[in-house]
Amino acid sequence: MSTRLARGGRLIDRATAHEFTFNGKRMAGFAGDTLASALLANDQMLVGRSFKYHRPRGIVASGAEEPNALVNLGQGARLEPNQRTTTTELFPGLAAASQNHWPSLEFDVGVVNNAVARFLPAGFYYKTFLQPRAAWKHLFEPVIRASAGLGRAPTEADPDRYEQAYAHCDLLVVGGGIAGLQAALTAAGTGARVIVLEQTAHWGGRAPVDDVLIDEKPADHWVAATVAALSAMPNVTLRLRCMAAGVYDHGYVLAEERVADHTPGDGRPKKRLWRIRAAKVITATGAIERPLPFAGNDIPGVMLASAVRDYIVNWAVSPGDRVVIVTNNDDAYRTAIAVHRAGLTVPAVLDARTEADGDLVQEVRSLGIAVHLNRGIAKVKGGRRVSGVAVCAQAGEGAVLDEIACDAVAMSGGWSPVVHLWSHCGGKLIWDEAQAAFRPDPQRPPITHDGQAMVAAVGSANGLLQADEVLADAIRAAGGSGPAPKVHAPAEAAMVPVWMMPQGASAELRAKMWLDYQNDVKVADVQLAAREGYESVEHTKRYTTLGMATDQGKLSNINGLAVLAGSLNAPIPQVGTTTFRPPYTPVTLGALAGEARGEIFQPLRRTPMHDWHQAHGVYWEPVGLWRRPYCYTRPGESHADAVKREVVNARSHLGLLDASTLGKIVVKGPDAGRFLDMMYTNVMSSLPVGRCRYGLMCNENGFLMDDGVVARISDDTWLCHTTSGGADRIHAHMEDWLQCEWWDWQVYTANLTEQYAQIAVVGPSARKLLEKLGGMDVSKEALPFMHWAEGTLAGIPARAFRISFSGELSYEIAVPAGQGLAFWEACIAAGKEFGLMPYGTEALHVLRAEKGFIMIGDETDGTVIPQDLNLGWAVSKKKADFIGKRGQERTFLASPDRWKLVGLETLDGSVLPDGAIAPAPGMNANGQRNTQGRVTSTYYSPTLKKGIAMGLVHRGPDRMGEVLEFPKIWGGVVKARIVDPVFYDKAGEKQDV
Amino acid sequence: MLILECPYCGVKAEETELSPGHEAHLKRFGPGSSDEQFESYMFARKNPKGVHFERWRHTYGCGKWFLAARCTATLEVFGTYPAQTSEPPADIVAKIKARRPNWEGVK
Repeated sequence: MSTRLARGGRLIDRATAHEFTFNGKRMAGFAGDTLASALLANDQMLVGRSFKYHRPRGIVASGAEEPNALVNLGQGARLEPNQRTTTTELFPGLAAASQNHWPSLEFDVGVVNNAVARFLPAGFYYKTFLQPRAAWKHLFEPVIRASAGLGRAPTEADPDRYEQAYAHCDLLVVGGGIAGLQAALTAAGTGARVIVLEQTAHWGGRAPVDDVLIDEKPADHWVAATVAALSAMPNVTLRLRCMAAGVYDHGYVLAEERVADHTPGDGRPKKRLWRIRAAKVITATGAIERPLPFAGNDIPGVMLASAVRDYIVNWAVSPGDRVVIVTNNDDAYRTAIAVHRAGLTVPAVLDARTEADGDLVQEVRSLGIAVHLNRGIAKVKGGRRVSGVAVCAQAGEGAVLDEIACDAVAMSGGWSPVVHLWSHCGGKLIWDEAQAAFRPDPQRPPITHDGQAMVAAVGSANGLLQADEVLADAIRAAGGSGPAPKVHAPAEAAMVPVWMMPQGASAELRAKMWLDYQNDVKVADVQLAAREGYESVEHTKRYTTLGMATDQGKLSNINGLAVLAGSLNAPIPQVGTTTFRPPYTPVTLGALAGEARGEIFQPLRRTPMHDWHQAHGVYWEPVGLWRRPYCYTRPGESHADAVKREVVNARSHLGLLDASTLGKIVVKGPDAGRFLDMMYTNVMSSLPVGRCRYGLMCNENGFLMDDGVVARISDDTWLCHTTSGGADRIHAHMEDWLQCEWWDWQVYTANLTEQYAQIAVVGPSARKLLEKLGGMDVSKEALPFMHWAEGTLAGIPARAFRISFSGELSYEIAVPAGQGLAFWEACIAAGKEFGLMPYGTEALHVLRAEKGFIMIGDETDGTVIPQDLNLGWAVSKKKADFIGKRGQERTFLASPDRWKLVGLETLDGSVLPDGAIAPAPGMNANGQRNTQGRVTSTYYSPTLKKGIAMGLVHRGPDRMGEVLEFPKIWGGVVKARIVDPVFYDKAGEKQDV
Repeated sequence: MLILECPYCGVKAEETELSPGHEAHLKRFGPGSSDEQFESYMFARKNPKGVHFERWRHTYGCGKWFLAARCTATLEVFGTYPAQTSEPPADIVAKIKARRPNWEGVK
């Protein structure tokens, strides 16, 4: 069993006990514990179940690489799934629950998968659930989804807040071990601005655990002195609990700081996302120990050798009374020494090598510990906990030579430098044959904007696994010179790679050798993938799910690709690694969102009359970032009722529309007319001052992209109205052509959309209202249809445009934005006697559809040209050029054989479903039914008291009177007759009075 | 996130301030051009792994379009220059040749 030792524990404070619960069971730990060390101290080795076979899973590691020990952390709104116990700091009242089991951790029905494991090989999902297709949706998927999945997602809104911070520095050091601290000290001494990030809550990394002596003293002393020196320097920023998640272009680094993870609810942000721009990055990220592939290496109690000594030295936790060490290198002997010093028993060190006589090996032997060479583990015995190991010769096929009773196994397959950050932005790796590991290739680093090396790896992250080499390397990388502090570490003999234990293991054993613990990928799975032709490591990864678990292969990748290389008879560097992508460990979505949630998730654009609408029954419609009134409801009214009332009132009396969101772009200059003739399909240069003209804009491909009324303000000035959503886009479009194509033309553009409030006064009484407001002549004679005039109305400076998007007598009045509300309220007050009602965007749509006016985005979808919408009259045939002219000359656009705009009138008066498609006889080349038309706009017309619609129909205008059938989604069809799209006032008399 | 220096306002702009505009130095083909010319202008775009000339707009800065020469593989930036140029400036071409001796040149 695992337990707390009576003495020791460099990171715990025995005077401060913390109570916590695991699966509801009360437990106790100390301040300074991780959740993992506290669980082990309470003999809770079993912490979860694996993803596929639901095998028992215990704690394997002691840091960010932990694949197994993930829990649901917290409760209610603070529930967080998939939290690694090895990096979760213990706090009072912590509540954790294990994942991926049912009904309980100890007894789990999913483990039946384990019994049938041989029927669940690599690529099982791809192979098994192909046919019949319906079975996937109704049978397989629901069952798989119910039994798979790791943590539970919280169902309540996150009560915590998250913040983001920006920082700039000359040097960012990632990793607060001795290499990182030395690099920071060296660089800071030159005056450079330095930031140092350490992902754990402690400085010093592995050196203090590994008995490294610096300047004749334990490493802890040097670490404390160096951190004190750095803290005192004004040009140095030190952050603990801060994980560098990714290195991106030109020195951009994202890091996540755990601010209040361990003090929940104390008012501080839970996490802080750092967005750092560094001139140079040093990665001192250390190395991660690799497991050894032997049968049963996933049974709880089998741990990394380094983790075993971390738990003993840092947290005074014994993983077991009898710890068998299995290794292919000298470093694991440190664990034997640590176990022995703690008063526990090492029954044997099983060393796969045929020779071992380094300093550490000799020390272990001198302690009286049995060291067996050319030995490995044939099989681990035990179910939910290790009970012993069967020993075999590493060189053999697994014949059992001996059995050793034990309750923990400490394994070491060598170390892999943490090269993730180096690789994120293009740094390349080389294969280090001696250490059987990939390490950064200093000749091919990721580079900065000016072609210089952006990242340097130092220490273990640079493949220097012996402590005495590390500090000199850090000084060199940080641009320093001079001697490094003297480091004493025992001499270590070479490791020998072991990719399978024993090397000739039978198929039965290989099927129990785990590579990826969380995703249940075994040696046999990778070998099967290789036999089935998956030669690329990227394909093998996806086929077997190797390295796709939440630890992203930190433990499994090198072993997995070595097995793949072995199966392919290819050298490991030729097989290569999968791509390293950010984040290094998972980043909370809340940190990425930061403060951008709720009301400030995105900016909200308000018209000057926004608050009036809010106070008068508005139902909002989002239009881009704007909010526009959809309709104004009265007590007891539905939205549909309100829209009907607003439409009828605008047609019969007087309506008022907030049209302020309409884009308003001023185009000015000696070449403005010439420029607009290129922008619009029709001629704008000939427009007389004081007149308005409806214009169409196409893209260079010929397709319609925006429309609106253009008014000529003066000899060299035009005002272009755009759609509400189009203002910014069209302004950018104009600037693009002006700056990049016709840069010698003298034209200025300015987007004045928000400078003006625009109010449409619509209906038979429109003129009467404006006359009552007074100030300018708005008579038919003084201000005819499609003219505009400047003056004052109700004492407010105004431009009155006689344009109509409703078919009624209509004026659009533009006033300075600051006086928009005053003008609106003046209209409301004066309009009472004329029966004035404000109307919203839905009534606007119904009014325009009754008139057959198109709407960009409804009748257009980026594949429609003006001619398709019977707007050929607005496309100049005289102009030599305009944007889109050449595109429209292409044969398939010039052909009459296109879908064109028509009206659609249902035979039964119902409203056609939006987007409904009319099928045509026959099938296309893909075996789908042919189509001949679709509905683009469809409304109930309160004016005509029936459904009306517009649509694009194959050769539509030539087929007037024909009846089309539109199938409904849930069965049945609606029949509709092809008619003229102008349903109301075909002659256009009402708007021109 | 790239950093590109806006040649108009001199700001070293982070990518979030910029909008990409694809390939630079396209020659417009309007009415009167052949189908092949128009197709090439409208649709054919270079996508090299290596030296590339691109359009960028300093959208959340001065609003100006500019051009950038950079390596799409290593993200090295050889220079930025105003959009009002028909071909890459000689000094930038020289810099690219110095850094990339095997570069095929502007085509």
